[in-house]
Amino acid sequence: MLRYVINRILVALPVLFGVLVVTFVLVRLIPGDPCTAQLGEKATPQVCARFLTAKGLDRPIIVQFGVYVRDVLQGDFGSSIRLARPVTQLIAERLPVTVELGVLALLVAIIVGVPLGIAAALRRNSAVDVATMIGSNIGVSMPVFWLGLMLAYIFALLLKGTPLQLPPSGRLSSGLTSVPFYQLWGWGVDLKSGVGQVLQFFGNLYLFNSLITFQWDVLGDALRHLVLPSLALGTIPMAIIARMTRSAMLEVLGRDYVRTARAKGLAELAVTMRHAFRNALLPVVTIVGLQLGTIFGGAVLTETIFNLAGVGRILFDAITTRDYPIIQGFTLAIALGYVIVNLLVDLSYGLLDPRIRY
Amino acid sequence: MAHRMTTLARTSSSEGPWRRAWHQFLRQRSAIIGMVMIGLLASTAIFAPLIAPSDPIDVLLNKEEGIKKRSGPCIHILGCPAAQPQHIMGVDGNFRDLFSRIVYGARLSLLIGFVTVAISLSIGTLLGAFAGYIGGWLDNLIMRLLDVVLAFPFLLLAIAIVSVLGPSLLNAMLGIAIVSIPAYARVIRASVISAREEDYVLSARTIGAAPASILFGHILPNAISPLIVQATLGIGTAILDVAALSFLGLGAQPPTPEWGSMLSAERNQVFTAPHLVFIPGLAIMVTVLGFNLLGDGLRDALDPRLKR
Repeated sequence: MLRYVINRILVALPVLFGVLVVTFVLVRLIPGDPCTAQLGEKATPQVCARFLTAKGLDRPIIVQFGVYVRDVLQGDFGSSIRLARPVTQLIAERLPVTVELGVLALLVAIIVGVPLGIAAALRRNSAVDVATMIGSNIGVSMPVFWLGLMLAYIFALLLKGTPLQLPPSGRLSSGLTSVPFYQLWGWGVDLKSGVGQVLQFFGNLYLFNSLITFQWDVLGDALRHLVLPSLALGTIPMAIIARMTRSAMLEVLGRDYVRTARAKGLAELAVTMRHAFRNALLPVVTIVGLQLGTIFGGAVLTETIFNLAGVGRILFDAITTRDYPIIQGFTLAIALGYVIVNLLVDLSYGLLDPRIRY
Repeated sequence: MAHRMTTLARTSSSEGPWRRAWHQFLRQRSAIIGMVMIGLLASTAIFAPLIAPSDPIDVLLNKEEGIKKRSGPCIHILGCPAAQPQHIMGVDGNFRDLFSRIVYGARLSLLIGFVTVAISLSIGTLLGAFAGYIGGWLDNLIMRLLDVVLAFPFLLLAIAIVSVLGPSLLNAMLGIAIVSIPAYARVIRASVISAREEDYVLSARTIGAAPASILFGHILPNAISPLIVQATLGIGTAILDVAALSFLGLGAQPPTPEWGSMLSAERNQVFTAPHLVFIPGLAIMVTVLGFNLLGDGLRDALDPRLKR
């Protein structure tokens, strides 16, 4: 097991290095130099030269890359050119928004998608099955940005004044603030330090923070703000998960051991959950793991529509303004997250299927 | 005599694999629906100048009396006063007829879907075929490179590529095509590896066929059905993703009648003129749905393992 984990990490290292190279090169291929992008077209050559020297952008590419790799290994992702703040700090600030959104969207997708898939498989060709399949076909064909805008239209405008009215933008209503736990509990932490940034990350997870500090009004408000974005973001994964669950269940339900379980008089629920679903879980988990990419890509669109200052938004802005350090730092963080989640998915196979040994 | 031969051949029970697949395909309701949807869409695209009442980028202000900016759909036979100009899907923020723009948008969308897939399909097939057939370090190198592409979130990498190339419809298509390459390469590689040791390949090798002729003449034709399925589904995805890039302002630029950019241009008006957001999005969805249904039907028809 441990050997397998180490092996997997070793295999992931070249990929991560490749990511590092690709972001570094790609970012420098973006036309236009960062000086005019940051200081405007009117910047004189002298001002530009000073700017480039100050940011280390006048050194040979190889040297820049070497410096970058060294810094990354030391946990220093550089500073944003435009915002003049350390990238790690920005990650601690922005990543929680996307993590909250992504996790909630994935939860919605699983909680709705899996039972629907099971029900459809159990009642094959019934109304439930047909409706699920039609719904999932439509679900995977929907543009995320369109769904988001339509949800905003329905829940913020058409249902205005009803209890179902939901806010279409931002993380909290104006007037409400989420006090981070370390501040509330009077921990004197230096927010610029590594530990401080980790604390900041957790403090910025509004749901988590308000839950552990009993700020119920903040929790409720944050949740209400997250309903529409996570519905928009979760719909495509939900459709894919429902479809996958259905076909995995269909495959398993025809097996002999399911018939045996039924024959020995087990309750239908026990047959479904313990014998069938347990064995259908492997492909379902795989597909859930794969949805992470959909979620991260969709996050750019969802954050744009619902005005959320998350990773997708900052990356998009950074790409259009050529803010090299932000692009590199955030992309690397995302790729790292990818590799870790994929590893966890692979490891979970062993728990789900005892026949798999590493 | 010749006539009798063909009749015999037609009635013989051993029909070819393609014919069998076709019959299998016709038995699926969703596949038929998908095919009809795409057929309608293709006819719309072909006959766009005949269907559309006006030019898609023509600003109708001062040309038509009583035209109002962002006015809703007005259909005379459904009770819209005859004094008002008829625009069955309404008018957009620049006094253009939305219906005409949607109709011409069908041309662009189909073009986007086919061209994007054609690019990624050809590159992906070459890479996957060489990786799978030659194997060894080349296989390792190609697949690790593709892993790097896969380590990025799909859309973000496409955004990065488009910002390098500069925002335009063609570049958005290229961006999406590049990030889709690994999917095709993997499908082809898997098929090639499983076909590589088949008897018919071994026999071709034994009689001294050149590697290229084995690869392109014997292996690839047998790997083609998963590729057809992947490509059909890929057209839908490509249309969806290019529309997303256009929505972000990185793809088609106004006044091009591209559905994603049409939606993007009016997205701040969603509360005041929802039809300008609703209709282009619906058009995207219906198109993608058509290709998804067709792709699913093809999968069921072409993959004998899934036969019921």
